[in-house]
Amino acid sequence: MTNSAHDMGGMHGFGRVEPEPNEPVFHADWEARVYALQRAMGATGLWTIDGGRASIENLPPLAYLAASYYKRWFLGLERRVVAHGLVGEDEIAAGRALRPGIRLNRKLTAEDAKAVSYPHYDRPSPSPARFKPGDAVRTKNIHPTTHTRLPRYARGKLGTVEAVRGCHVFPDTAALGAGENPQWLYNVVFDARELWGEEADPAIKVSIEAFEPYLAPA
Amino acid sequence: MSADDHSHDHGSELSEMQLRVRALETILTEKGYVDPAALDQIVENFETRIGPHIGARVVARAWVDPEFKRRLLADATEAVNSAAGFDPVSNHLIAVENTPQTHNVVVCTLCSCYPAAVLGLPPVWYKSAPYRSRMVIDPRGVLSEFGLTLPSGTDIRIWDSTAETRFVVVPMRPAGTEGWSEEQLAALVTRDSMVGTGLPKSPE
Repeated sequence: MTNSAHDMGGMHGFGRVEPEPNEPVFHADWEARVYALQRAMGATGLWTIDGGRASIENLPPLAYLAASYYKRWFLGLERRVVAHGLVGEDEIAAGRALRPGIRLNRKLTAEDAKAVSYPHYDRPSPSPARFKPGDAVRTKNIHPTTHTRLPRYARGKLGTVEAVRGCHVFPDTAALGAGENPQWLYNVVFDARELWGEEADPAIKVSIEAFEPYLAPA
Repeated sequence: MSADDHSHDHGSELSEMQLRVRALETILTEKGYVDPAALDQIVENFETRIGPHIGARVVARAWVDPEFKRRLLADATEAVNSAAGFDPVSNHLIAVENTPQTHNVVVCTLCSCYPAAVLGLPPVWYKSAPYRSRMVIDPRGVLSEFGLTLPSGTDIRIWDSTAETRFVVVPMRPAGTEGWSEEQLAALVTRDSMVGTGLPKSPE
């Protein structure tokens, strides 16, 4: 879902930011295991990073907001392995495997895991970029009910293209398993007053990374 | 890991989340999808090897090596990967430079995107609703909660990490560090100064 609780930019009422001195990498062993499970299952290639995000964003808003960060990851992962037919609801309930697993193309080994690697998302461009640095653009006022990376606060807003990032996997289709559908990616910068009104501080600018389908010439 | 292991915890109560995560790991392991040794390795990477000390060295090198800085700001992934002494960063790393005119801050309003290759895993506050909701609408207020008040007249640029590009801030080199080595300078570069919620430490 797009207009859901995860899309927080500009919301009020969450209170102060509270930095924790000497914060540990993980606050409990289970957090570390959830992080590792997410990475290891991601390495199977069965879903994309956006498929993973979508399963977290699709949590009911109250569940999303009530859960700690790694609990959200856990709930999303549990839903995803069931949705992909890797694990049965009965197995989740039993807390153990009741059937052999299906065959995967790739399973992360300890040796693989030593080399920390981050996937590439840039792709060859199917067509020339529509915009160039300096172009005025307006973000589209869209409200898809599926995954998108155009935040609500930056929809329908006038901005300027500052950089062209190349052509990247398009999250809106990749999340649905509907293909990488590579699109040009731009850095688009907005004046705070365009986003938040005339009362906003004129010395503040906010930029997003915007895929070409999110943009129209202005 | 079998249910029998619970009896070895000698009275320590396992939380609901410990139990649920352990159960899911058991299922995924038994079905052959994950190797617990690989999970251990992933955890070890982030607990022992990958953290803000990497970014601090990148920043310190940019402070002492103008050619490296030029390349870093042009294409941070290429600059880090071709420099001696750094592990490869294969995602799309973008370095943004603080100047007397402009202070940069990184946020991910939609989830928790963070330059993990150079800073490790993000702190809780970075992933929290207060930071994600307010940094784009009230950056001066949020920065003040970190004890950071910028000189009046400083522009603020917020980078919302809405794609697979990852941002790291190159803070300004502190005054009084002329002639310092890369190693000495790296010790001044804090994690928060590379997110934009802090400044480097001052020389003692």
